Amino acid sequence: MLTSAALVLMMTGPGLALFYGGLVRAKNVLSTMMHSFALMGVVTVLWAIYGYSFSFGEGNSFIGGLQYLFLNGVGSAPNADYAATIPHETYMIYQLMFAIITPALISGAFAERMKFSAMLLFTCLWSTIVYFPMAHMVWGKGGLLNAFLGGKVPTFDFAGGTVVHITSGVSALVCALYLGKRVGFPKEPMKPHNLTLSVIGACLLWVGWFGFNAGSAVSASALATSAFVATHFGAAAAALGWMFAEWVKHGKPSMLGGISGCVAGLVAITPASGFVKPFPALLIGLLAGIVCFWMVSTVKGKFGYDDTLDAFGVHGAGGTLGALLTGIFATNAINDALKDSAGKALPLGWVDGNPGQVLNQLIAVVISWVLAIVGTWIILKIVDAVVGVRATQEHEVTGLDVSLHGEEGYNLEA
Amino acid sequence: MKKIEAIIQPHKAEQVKEALKNIGVDGLTISEVRGHGRQKGHKEVYRGMEYEVDLLPKIKIETVVPDSRLQEVQQAIATAARTGKIGDGKIFIYDVLDAIRIRNDDTGEMAL
Repeated sequence: MLTSAALVLMMTGPGLALFYGGLVRAKNVLSTMMHSFALMGVVTVLWAIYGYSFSFGEGNSFIGGLQYLFLNGVGSAPNADYAATIPHETYMIYQLMFAIITPALISGAFAERMKFSAMLLFTCLWSTIVYFPMAHMVWGKGGLLNAFLGGKVPTFDFAGGTVVHITSGVSALVCALYLGKRVGFPKEPMKPHNLTLSVIGACLLWVGWFGFNAGSAVSASALATSAFVATHFGAAAAALGWMFAEWVKHGKPSMLGGISGCVAGLVAITPASGFVKPFPALLIGLLAGIVCFWMVSTVKGKFGYDDTLDAFGVHGAGGTLGALLTGIFATNAINDALKDSAGKALPLGWVDGNPGQVLNQLIAVVISWVLAIVGTWIILKIVDAVVGVRATQEHEVTGLDVSLHGEEGYNLEA
Repeated sequence: MKKIEAIIQPHKAEQVKEALKNIGVDGLTISEVRGHGRQKGHKEVYRGMEYEVDLLPKIKIETVVPDSRLQEVQQAIATAARTGKIGDGKIFIYDVLDAIRIRNDDTGEMAL
């Protein structure tokens, strides 16, 4: 579990920092990397003080209680509800890494134009108002959507399709709309400045995702292996799906297409990973690759919003698709944690003969969309009023690295 | 004295350098430049966003030679840089008023 926790942290830094850093223009590489890196500090502090308690404390259906404030009572004794075989503190640090990467994903939408101070304030409020409640609803004891600990609308989200990817992806769209387009978009060329960095970052994400999904079994078990396999299969099929879709549409398969596809597949398989067999995992990945390609290459252009690094097209769309497909393909042949009073495993998804699960998944999707849209909009209004969200035009044109941080990524003549 | 300025395809730079070395041209300056002539640019697609790239990378080679060697040197460059396709580049020739070697104040062809 500690290794898995470390792998998930590796997804944010260096994984996401490199992936996003390579996709922006050279003048914004450090400011973009800093979004991810700064969150490794900020969210950790929030988590220690109240974040873990708000997420995993026993509260009401929507938010956790205060009993773990300042990590009070989170020690070496296991918490039987969450993970009976590891120290509670291990579970706490593992979950922290998810709380870190989620707001970091949003930064893809406001990269190259948001003030650093605004980003910090936004993230503190967003974690508090959107992430902690959502994590509680899906994974916390008594949460509304928690299928395993008494939720009223049992939802299957193994490693965070709704909690991590829908919330971050949809919030990203709200940020892109609220902030407006970058100066010069879409007339001026804004090509990725270093795709080699992005390839390294995406491959680190792929590897780190094994900690994210397989680790979510919170044990070294057959279930963890199954999640590992599904994760890998989803990523592989999605990389091919995006690449071939692009090959057909634009005439050339690209490296950027391949890595975008693998991330889309990893996103979509996340909620399904501990519930589906290998071949449905391949199918989920393939669909995610094609759908997310279509979102990014066609839908975005039609609506004209400037989601700098396609956080919505990949995480919002991929997360939604994955959450719904989980309702179809989840099977008790993989995950038999839900049992009836006689000890027999209950049917999970449509393939088990429980079509109603798709509706539950849809409810969870709608709740995450609404919470993300409303929460993010309110937070942006507050942040705008307090410090101002957007960097000045002069700073944006100069590049945020020099104007906000006083440094440059590449000093080639030095 | 004449200055020869050749704008060539980047992948031909090594061959041109070699050709000049073989006929004994010692001094030259090379820079990486971007531009286009009648050659059209190309299209790049990043996640569905299309970019028309019309300024293409080229190499600029500059050298100054005595009048007597002009013909020989320009031919060496042209032969080495030629692929026969559009985009091979151009050679421009200028008159040079004087040359001065900074180390010892040699002037004219002595300084080359």
